[in-house]
Amino acid sequence: MSTLEMTMVEALRDGLRVALRSDPSVFLIGEDLGIPGGFGGGFTVTLGLSDEFGHARVMDTPISEIAIVGAAVGAAMVGMRPVAEMQYGDFVFCAMDQVVNQAAKMHYMSNGQVSVPMVLRLPVGASARGAQHAQSSDAWFMHTPGLKVVCPSNPYDAKGLLLAAIRDNNPVIFLEHKLLYGGKGGRKESSSAARGVSVPEEDYEIPLGTVAVKREGNDLTLLANMLMLHRAMEAAEELARQGIQAEVIDMRCLVPLDMEPLIVSTQKTGRVLIVEEDNLTGGWGAEVAARLSEAAFFHLDAPVTRVAAPDTPAPTAPVLEREYVPSVQRVVAAALKLVAG
Amino acid sequence: MTQPDDLSLETAREMYRRMVLIRRFEDHLYALFLQGAVPGTLHQYQGQEAVAVGACTALRPDDVIFSTHRPVGHLLARGSSPRGLAAEIMGKATGCAGGKGGQMHLTDVSVGAMPSNAIVGANIPIATGAALAFQLRGQDRVAVSFFGDGASNIGAFHEGLNLAAVKDAPVIFVCENNQYGASTAISSMLRINDIADRAAAYGIPGRVVDGMDVLAVYQAMQEAVERARHGDGPTLLECKTYRYAGHSRGDPGGYRTREEVQLWRERDPIPNMRTWLIKERGLADEELISIETACQSAVEEAVEFARNSPEPGIEDAYLHVFMENQ
Repeated sequence: MSTLEMTMVEALRDGLRVALRSDPSVFLIGEDLGIPGGFGGGFTVTLGLSDEFGHARVMDTPISEIAIVGAAVGAAMVGMRPVAEMQYGDFVFCAMDQVVNQAAKMHYMSNGQVSVPMVLRLPVGASARGAQHAQSSDAWFMHTPGLKVVCPSNPYDAKGLLLAAIRDNNPVIFLEHKLLYGGKGGRKESSSAARGVSVPEEDYEIPLGTVAVKREGNDLTLLANMLMLHRAMEAAEELARQGIQAEVIDMRCLVPLDMEPLIVSTQKTGRVLIVEEDNLTGGWGAEVAARLSEAAFFHLDAPVTRVAAPDTPAPTAPVLEREYVPSVQRVVAAALKLVAG
Repeated sequence: MTQPDDLSLETAREMYRRMVLIRRFEDHLYALFLQGAVPGTLHQYQGQEAVAVGACTALRPDDVIFSTHRPVGHLLARGSSPRGLAAEIMGKATGCAGGKGGQMHLTDVSVGAMPSNAIVGANIPIATGAALAFQLRGQDRVAVSFFGDGASNIGAFHEGLNLAAVKDAPVIFVCENNQYGASTAISSMLRINDIADRAAAYGIPGRVVDGMDVLAVYQAMQEAVERARHGDGPTLLECKTYRYAGHSRGDPGGYRTREEVQLWRERDPIPNMRTWLIKERGLADEELISIETACQSAVEEAVEFARNSPEPGIEDAYLHVFMENQ
């Protein structure tokens, strides 16, 4: 396989290109996706795609989130595989009826007569833009039966998971962290944590419903996704310097949730620290903590612990946002406390 | 009544049959509801039959419709089996959605009836999306969104009509203005007399249609469908009609006068069509009686089938949350 160094934006764009080339039922729908001289979507992911695939398949819409998601639902029900984009993940709340009442329920309510094979791409995460351009909406969708939830941490996974999501027969919420995009030639995020990695140019899929062990260790388990996976990896480095070996697992898919590797890791380490950028209350970490308590209680040497954003909206000033988003230091401190306990 | 140019006797007779079938079905279901044989609620279609039948008669089998919380008329107008509908409404395994949908969520993909939608106005952008899919694939199929007067005030109406308009999507928006959104008179929630006027805001044709005249609906719909099929984009049809029953079956309709109901009942689409068939097409009374008798039998047979059908197995509650990937 020939590979190229790609940022997340480039890997996602490549994934969309592969999907559009390989399946005529795939099309993109959203705001500012293919306007000549425009942005290529909120974060340049679709930049240039309308040149190759035209403005019918890279479909620009009015600022109408209900219509974007609704049209994707309708097109999917008659056999298309739309990939819809919200310019910012926060805007999906304008269209929650279409996500929660429509996309998620059509297959069930029709007793399997129709299906909704669509992907809804949501740029998430705090990035100095304030409370309405910052939310991590993992838990909203994880709570709704009928939706799959994917949340990659790196370009390789992003492309493979996106292709798997597009070819899945169900609605998939695809979360992309803004600070991981590393956009080139467009709106590069100045504080981006993303580096380019080798990504195959070929078509490949990473199965949904999988997590990935990113680092092995015996002393505690760190569970994290998207940007927080990078914070957890940095924290693990620091912990290693202090003689503590952390196992780090990338929670790259929340629905379906593969609990088995988490249970195995818990049995090995006895201590679990969850790191999430979502608000603490009712986040995915709460669900995972509950499931681990049920499935591996007698292997736990300490309560499952969470580091998360506080239960406040995301503040904007850099100093306040740094307080809001879990930092490496907070992860290290929580890990040390957990290991000492 | 409207005099269409090229309506075959066969089609005219079938339109009458389907309207009678809807009326008998809904009346029979109401009787069963009063006996406690119907779980949940009922949103009934009596009075509006001309809209569903007139509109659906103008469609091809490969077109698709998106219905509402009041879906029986649309499904029967599309030719769905009364058995599957009765069983679905009665919560049986043999229902068109295996009992998982219920009265407000009827689906019969075999007749192009996509899942009916109980969120007011939600099917407007969805039908637009189906139409965009047909357009992308180069097919000359159309999608139809049925909705009520109340839905014209929800955001999805604005977003859906505008998107359809700017993309010339092959979709027909059929607004059934039955004068009330639940208990609220639409006249008190609009500053304009005709919802059809809103089409101008999207740059698409909007027409007021007599929704008590099945031939008028049919003719208007034919024109709208023709337009859509030829790539000229969507149309908004506002069919002025009336629901004889309450909003749902717990609603005695105390917000409207007996005189008002009576005035609309005098314009009942079914006897009007019956008279038209006799006077204009020379049908014999006996033939119409035999149609009516056959409809009554079909309804009774369907309800009997539903009554005798098994309930779903409890394991069905866990099926179809996700579709399997091959």
